[in-house]
Amino acid sequence: MTASTAKMGTSVPRREAARLVEGRGRYADDIDLAGLSHVAFVRSPYPHARIDSIDVSAAVAMPGVVAVLTADDLASVCAPWQTRLALLPSHVSPPQTPLARGEACWQGEAIVAIVAASRALAEDAAERVDIAWSELPAIADTEAAAAPGAPPVNSALASNLGLDHSFKTGDAEAAFSTATAVVEHDFTFDRQTGVTLEPRTIVAEFDPRLRHLTVHHSHQVPHQMRDVFATQLRLPLANVRVVTPDVGGAFGLKLAAYPDEMAVAAIAVLLGRPVKFCADRLESFISDNHAREATVRGRMAVDADGKLLAMDVSVVSGFGAYSAYPRGSVGEGLQAVHMSAAPYRMANFRGRVRGYYQNKAPSGVLRAVGQPIATTVTEQLLDLAARQLNIDPAEIRRRNYVDTATASARSAGGIILSELSLERCHERLLKLMDYEALRRRQAELRKSGVYRGIGLAAFIEQTAVGPSLYGPQNVRTSAQEACRLTLEPDGGLRCATSITDQGQGTRTALAQIIADELGVHLDTVEIATGDTQSTPFGGGAWASRGVALGGEAALRAVRRLKQNVLTIAGSLLQTDAAALQLKGGNVLSAAGLAQMSLADLAATVAFKAHLIPLTELPSLEITESFAPREQPYVAANGIQAAHVEVDPELGTIRVLDFWVVDDCGRVINPLLVDEQIRGGVVQGIGAALYEQCIYSADGQLENGSLADYLVPMASEMPDIRIAHMETPTSATTLGARGVGEAGTVAAAAAIWTAVNDALSPFDATMTAQPFTPERVLDRLAASSQNESEG
Amino acid sequence: MTDTHTIAFLLNGQPVSAEVDARLHLADFLRHTMKLTGTHIGCEHGVCGACNVLVDGRSARSCLMLAVQADGTTIETIEGLTASGKIADLQREFVARNALQCGYCTPGVLATATELLEHPAPTRADIRDALSGNYCRCTGYHAIVDAIEAVAQKRQTP
Repeated sequence: MTASTAKMGTSVPRREAARLVEGRGRYADDIDLAGLSHVAFVRSPYPHARIDSIDVSAAVAMPGVVAVLTADDLASVCAPWQTRLALLPSHVSPPQTPLARGEACWQGEAIVAIVAASRALAEDAAERVDIAWSELPAIADTEAAAAPGAPPVNSALASNLGLDHSFKTGDAEAAFSTATAVVEHDFTFDRQTGVTLEPRTIVAEFDPRLRHLTVHHSHQVPHQMRDVFATQLRLPLANVRVVTPDVGGAFGLKLAAYPDEMAVAAIAVLLGRPVKFCADRLESFISDNHAREATVRGRMAVDADGKLLAMDVSVVSGFGAYSAYPRGSVGEGLQAVHMSAAPYRMANFRGRVRGYYQNKAPSGVLRAVGQPIATTVTEQLLDLAARQLNIDPAEIRRRNYVDTATASARSAGGIILSELSLERCHERLLKLMDYEALRRRQAELRKSGVYRGIGLAAFIEQTAVGPSLYGPQNVRTSAQEACRLTLEPDGGLRCATSITDQGQGTRTALAQIIADELGVHLDTVEIATGDTQSTPFGGGAWASRGVALGGEAALRAVRRLKQNVLTIAGSLLQTDAAALQLKGGNVLSAAGLAQMSLADLAATVAFKAHLIPLTELPSLEITESFAPREQPYVAANGIQAAHVEVDPELGTIRVLDFWVVDDCGRVINPLLVDEQIRGGVVQGIGAALYEQCIYSADGQLENGSLADYLVPMASEMPDIRIAHMETPTSATTLGARGVGEAGTVAAAAAIWTAVNDALSPFDATMTAQPFTPERVLDRLAASSQNESEG
Repeated sequence: MTDTHTIAFLLNGQPVSAEVDARLHLADFLRHTMKLTGTHIGCEHGVCGACNVLVDGRSARSCLMLAVQADGTTIETIEGLTASGKIADLQREFVARNALQCGYCTPGVLATATELLEHPAPTRADIRDALSGNYCRCTGYHAIVDAIEAVAQKRQTP
C-alpha cells in the first residue's frame, strides 16, 4: 500500500481485516479476567404472568454457584428506568428493573440471575430455581391489543396504545376525489430480529474501593452506555468506563440498554467481582429487540399522466412489552409514515400511525428503521398505479422524481431533501441492468410459462442524523462526533474518535482522510475507537453517521493540525508558512524540496521547544467535534432493482439479479461502500423472502432457533451490482453522506415490486412479507378463485 | 455432571491431551480450555458455521461435536491454518476484497473454503453452495464468493 493509494476516493483494504482473517479478533466473550464468574438467567416461560414467589434455595446449593439474585437483590444498586420521549408525552413505557419484579410481560424476560464459576454450572443451577406463577391474559397481535376492553400488557399500563400520531400536508381527500386513478393495498410486515452472529455479550468488573466500573460490551454506542450505567448504578460518570472491543455484528440491535445487561453491571457492583454474560442463540431470539412488525393500509392517487397527487397511509406498529431504552420504539412507525413518497413530488398527504404494546419481546432499532416500510408501500402503490394506467414502472417513476438539483425541498411527509440525483441514478440503473432487454426477455419467457419479474425501488435514506432527533425528546444519546488528533513525537498520527466500527470500515475511511490531507503514509495513522476512557465524547455508530459526521470532525481536526504544523515549520525554517507544503511525511519548500520530516518537527516540539522562535506554540493535538445543527439529517438517495423468477406451482422465488445505484455523496473508499450496500441489500432480501418471528396467538415465539428462523444464505443470494453517483453534500466540508442503511431501505421494496410484477399475469399481488412459498400459493389460489367467481 | 474422559489428539500440529467433561463441546474446549478464541460460537446448534474447524481435513461444526469425540483425530483451527501458511493466499484475498466486515463468521468461512479449494475450479454456484452452511450477516456474500473464486483461479495457474 503506497501513500498515493491512501487518497480519499480509493479502495484501501481495512487494516483490522488482516487481524480478523487470522482469528485474532477480540470479541467480548474472548475477554477473560482473573476470578471471572458467569451469569445465566432464568427467563419467563410465559408471555404474561404474575410472579407469586421465587424459591432459590436449591439453586444456591448447587456446585460452583456464587450467588442467585432476584429483582429485590439488585434494587439496592440499580435504580429503575422508564422510556419517555418529551415530544410524545402519551408514549409511556412501564418502569423497568434489571430483573422483572412481580410480573413478567414477555416470554424471555429475565427473572433470576445465577452467578457461577462457569456458564454450564450456572445453567445447571438455573434449572433448580422454583418460581410460582399465575398466568395472566397475553396480548400477542396488535389487533388484540387495540380491542376495546383488551387486558393491559402490563399492569402498570392504563392502555395498550403507546402512540397515536397523525400528519397532514395539503388536502388528501380532495385529491383522491378528483384523481384519474386511485389504488389501494394492504401490507403486512412480519416481526424480524437482527440476528447478529455474535450474540449480545457483556463483561463487567467493579473495584469496590475506588468505585470504578469497567464494562466490556458488545455494543455500538459506548458513550451512551457509560451515561446509562452511571445514572442507573448511581456512579459519577468519571467512574465508569465502557469499552466496545471487536463487535460481531450490530445492525441497531446493539444500541439499546437491555435489562439483562443492566443486571450484569449491577451484579458486578453488588458482588464486587467480575462477571460475564454471553447470550446463547436461543435466548437471543427471545431477548434481543425485535423490529418491523407493522400492518399498513396505503392509498395513492395519480392523474392521467401518472403524476402523483396524494397518498394516505395508516400504520399500526407493534412495540412489544416495553419501549426500548433509551431511544424508544416509535421510530419504526413514525418513519413508516413520514418517509412515504420521499423521492417524489406530491402535494397532498395524510398519515397516521398507532403503536401498541404487546406481550412479546420489546421492539427497537433495526437497520433503516421504518424506511423499508415506507419505501415498500410507496413503490408498490406506484407500480399498481402504473399498471392501472398502463404506464411502464420505470416511466412512472421518471415522471415523479423530485427535482432538488438546485434547491431544497420538503417531501409531503416532511422530509428535508437537497442536492439529490434521483433522475441520474434512475438513468444509470436502467443502463446498468439493460432494462429494455430484460423486459423483452421477460415477455418472451412468459409465453413458455416462465414467470419473471422486474422490480424497481427508488429511495431516500436519512443519514448523518444530528441532535434534533433525540435532543428534543430529552433522550441522552449524543449526535455529535469528535476527533482528537495528535502528531506524536515520532511523526506518527493518532486519532481518537467517538465513532465506533463494527466492520463498516469507518476507521479506515478516517485514516484515509487524515493521511490524504497531511500527505503522510496511511500506515502512520492509528485510529482509536470504542473506549470511553481514550476517545472523546460522542455518538458512536447509528443512523449512517460514521464517515459523514465522524469523518467531518476528522477533516476539520486534520486541517487545523496541518496549519499548526506549517506555522511551526515556517518558524523553524524562517520562511513563510504559506509557501510550505506537506508530502510523503516531509515539509517541502515551495520548490518541492524536503526541508524536514514531520518526525523531526514533532520531536522538536516535544523535546526542544525552546528552539522554536514563536511566542505562542501551536498545539500538535487538536480536538474537533461536529454535529449538523442547521438541518436534522442529510438525505442520500438511490435506486435499486431486482430480477426474480417465481415458480407458480411451488410458490418459490429465485432472485436472479440485483442492482443498486447509490449516491452517498463523496465516496471515501469504494471497496468498503460497495460491500456495505450489498450487506444491506441482503438484509432487505431476507426481510422480503425469509425472516419472520412467528408467534402463537398467546404470545409464544414458535421459531426461536437459527434452524427455524431463516437468514439469507450464500446459495440463495444473487451477485449484486453496484454503481455510484457522487453528489457531495454542502452540509459538510467533506461532502460525504451516509450509506450504512441504503441497501436495507429499498431492497425489500424491489423484491415486492419484482415478485408482484412476476405475478401480474395471474392478477395476484402479495400482501404480507416474508413471501413464503405458502403465502405465494395462497395469493395465486385467491386470485384464481376470484377469477372463477367473477 | 462429573463424568470426565481423557482425550488425546493432534491440535494444529501439536499433540494435546486433556481431561474433559463428557458434556463439553469441542468449540467450548477450544475457546475456553485451549484459549483458541479464533473459533467463534454463533448458534450452538449446527446452523451458522461460525465454529467450523477442520477435523481430519474435513470442515466440521465444533459446536456439534463433543470434546471427547476429538480423541484420536487431527484438528486444525484458524490459528493453526494461519501458522501453517497454507491459506495465506486465501486470507490475503479476503483482506484485499474486503470479504468480511465484523469478522465473526470469517474463521468458519475460511475453514469451509479451505476444504472447498481442494477441488479444482469451483464455479460461483459451487462456491455459493458450499458456503450455505456459513451465515454471514454483514457482507452480502458477494465479496466472499469473489475472493474464493479468485484464489481458485490463481491456484490453477501457478
